[in-house]
Amino acid sequence: MHVPDGFLDAPTSVATGVVAAAAVGVALRRARTELDDRTAPMAGLVAAFVFAAQMINFPVGAGTSGHLLGGALAAVLVGPWTGLLCVSVVLVVQALFMADGGITALGTNVVLIGVVTALAGYVVFRALQAVLPRRLGTVAPTAAVAAFVSVPAAAAVFSLLFAIGGTAPVDAGKVLTAMLGWHVLIGIGEAVVTGLVVGAVVAVRPDLVRGARPLVAARELEIRTVAA
Amino acid sequence: MSTDASSGNTTDDQTQQPVRRRVSTRALLVTGLVVALLVAGIASYYASSHPDGLEHVAGETGFLDTAEDSPTADSPFADYATKGVDDERLSVGIAGVLGTLVVLVLAGGLALALRRRGPTEQDTPDERASAAERA
Repeated sequence: MHVPDGFLDAPTSVATGVVAAAAVGVALRRARTELDDRTAPMAGLVAAFVFAAQMINFPVGAGTSGHLLGGALAAVLVGPWTGLLCVSVVLVVQALFMADGGITALGTNVVLIGVVTALAGYVVFRALQAVLPRRLGTVAPTAAVAAFVSVPAAAAVFSLLFAIGGTAPVDAGKVLTAMLGWHVLIGIGEAVVTGLVVGAVVAVRPDLVRGARPLVAARELEIRTVAA
Repeated sequence: MSTDASSGNTTDDQTQQPVRRRVSTRALLVTGLVVALLVAGIASYYASSHPDGLEHVAGETGFLDTAEDSPTADSPFADYATKGVDDERLSVGIAGVLGTLVVLVLAGGLALALRRRGPTEQDTPDERASAAERA
């Protein structure tokens, strides 16, 4: 999904750069409410894990592959604003050191892989959580569904950007159809990885999972009282 | 740093309350980091080398040619290959491990700098820095 330089014209890249900078600016303020002494090291780990996981391209058929985007995963684990910051750090390191994703396209990639997946993923997660039973067991499957949705969502936003500022005279509808088709498949991988990782952390330390916090608050209090 | 060392406490609970076996924050973080390093350092070698979804669509619909080389294409770790290391396994592994550690330090440092510190939330940055030193 990393967009290289050249796919989108300069005005579109500038516009996505402005949106990305604004989103990161808001995240730098809002993340303060998500981060404390216990969750800050988690944020570092989540970013490191997303970087590592993005190196694993899995085949999705017909000579095509995909990898975790990780925005929804990060948002559920450490909160949407911190999650956006985590993915943004990953994208900056990839662009600067790995030549993965362009430099003028960095804003585009932060919008697609950071803003869309983390924020849209989290909105879907919260919406599902509101209608599902309040049980810890629902956190991982809910995160998986949110992760699944986040990938075609990012693909759709890319297609929209391409329709506005694509440098090649290619039919935008064809791009949208093809992008959605492949990224629904890639979204299944995103859902599996996200569900497994969130499930593993919820199983051992639900209190460290942002998306599980409303469900563990009462029980935490009970345990702490006993331990003291 | 005040990570809760007591959270790994599973044995000396005097009550009838069934306490879930908990993993300490430190153990969780170390385990997670080891997994990330193994994924980036070893498993990455076995990743699919097929084009990703976007690249495939670009080729299929005819805009792949508009892609330009990144200005950082000459970086020592461009395309997750370490310059000067011929062994492919080692080349991608070194790039993966170093990249993971750089991301860990940058994101972890940013998160630590942004985090709330209980009642001293309104402190100036200087006061916060000295508070961190005392801790």
